Amino acid sequence: MTLAAASTACAIVVGGIVGPLLLVGGAVILPAAAARILPRLLRTALLLSLPIAISVLVVNLFFYPAGEEVLFAIGPVRATAEGLGFGLETLARIGAISGAITLFYLTTSPGELVIDLERRGVSPRVAFVANASVQTVPAMVERAAAITAAQRARGLDTEGSVLKRLRGVLPLAGPVLLGAIAEIEERTMALEARGFTRPGRRTLLWHPPDSGRQALARWLLVAAVPLLVAARAAGLLSALA
Amino acid sequence: MTLTLDGVRYRYAGAARPALGEVSLELAAGEVVGVVGASESGKTTLCLVASGLAPRTVGGTLSGRLLLDGTDVAPLPIHALAGRIGIVFSSPATQLTGVTGTVYEEVAFGPMNLGLPRPEVIARTESALAALGIESLAGRDPALLSGGQQQLVSICGLLALRPAHLVLDEPTAQLDPAGTRLVADALSRLAAEGASILVAEQKTDLLALLCRRVVALDAGRVALAGPARSVLGDPSLDALGVSPPAPIRLARLAAGAGLPPAAARRLNEALAS
Repeated sequence: MTLAAASTACAIVVGGIVGPLLLVGGAVILPAAAARILPRLLRTALLLSLPIAISVLVVNLFFYPAGEEVLFAIGPVRATAEGLGFGLETLARIGAISGAITLFYLTTSPGELVIDLERRGVSPRVAFVANASVQTVPAMVERAAAITAAQRARGLDTEGSVLKRLRGVLPLAGPVLLGAIAEIEERTMALEARGFTRPGRRTLLWHPPDSGRQALARWLLVAAVPLLVAARAAGLLSALA
Repeated sequence: MTLTLDGVRYRYAGAARPALGEVSLELAAGEVVGVVGASESGKTTLCLVASGLAPRTVGGTLSGRLLLDGTDVAPLPIHALAGRIGIVFSSPATQLTGVTGTVYEEVAFGPMNLGLPRPEVIARTESALAALGIESLAGRDPALLSGGQQQLVSICGLLALRPAHLVLDEPTAQLDPAGTRLVADALSRLAAEGASILVAEQKTDLLALLCRRVVALDAGRVALAGPARSVLGDPSLDALGVSPPAPIRLARLAAGAGLPPAAARRLNEALAS
């Protein structure tokens, strides 16, 4: 989590193209390769960032307000070199951020994260909400699939054109959302009955291992952010632009 | 250790009529009381009120009193009741926390919340798993279990809290006969240790096995109450939408077919054995 947060902050602070690309290489690709998840990471990060990356590139290329050097024109719309440069800079940042977040998602068990956060003094409620939010996604997908199957069995047509598919989605949205809300009420009661709202510290049965080296690496990552901010302010990062 | 409902009347927020009307019930230490009734007769509402969850978390209006060991619990916050009174619902999916990676952690969730010492949490968790014979599931992901297994895990989570009073709303709805038997055995043991237990169930055979007394609800009111044998054998039970236990149905069929009562009794005994 520290690596993802520090990489994200650094990608924003460093700016330019080379800096974020170095971050992608050092803070995303190398750890992912070491964890043997590089293909999955690349696939997931691309899926996450591709739509926004394309729109950022197109908008900046053609509509960058300070663009003067025209590369080519399509009708009245002109692509400018300044727009291309800014678009590529932004893409490099997006790549570094989405890579760091994907690496975090693929390498961190939500349960372990919550236990560790709780051990460090984060409120169990906050930790629970964070974990439950992650865990809810597959549950909602499963519920939606079950409701889709039930609706199809009763004749709902969800195949065909985009418009037809959209029309088919509407009758599913209500049951999925209302069912989820109804479940929340019963889940709340079950949690209350099991003492979840009791004030005071919970007993923790275990916590993920945390070596001295890991702690040192975290502190170094945290320290890197203000150092980079200072370096940027002093103009020392212009070589990375 | 008594659980007392004293003239309880409960209305859900926005409802036209009360879901429960003037219900009084007392469960002594070690007593198992069954609740039967058709759909919407008030069984679940009675469980919510008896566990202290209604109106605290559900909203609505409650009159009358819920007493635990003679103390009115109205002024107590809900977390103060955890560990004293526990509830299990019929749907396992909503009772699991959804945030634990193993069955062991799921069962330990309640004792962990109570802030008990670590060895005590471990002892309670392992004892609860053993009580329902699901030690082999300890390392499994609760989300990947069958509905019946999830329900056993939910009940295990309740047992690990070791409450003096238990409220169970159709706890065996998703269980096969073997799972039902395990739950019945665990409840019998808890009752023998002094817990008072309220069980709302459609399976009247289970209630006949477990309960000393049974209450039949109809439209939120007590229609029949008394010793289990007499209520479950009452001819008006069918009209309340409740199917009597198999031996009683069999005896009635035998009588209807003209079998002498002694022969019907022997048939019953043979089936029971």
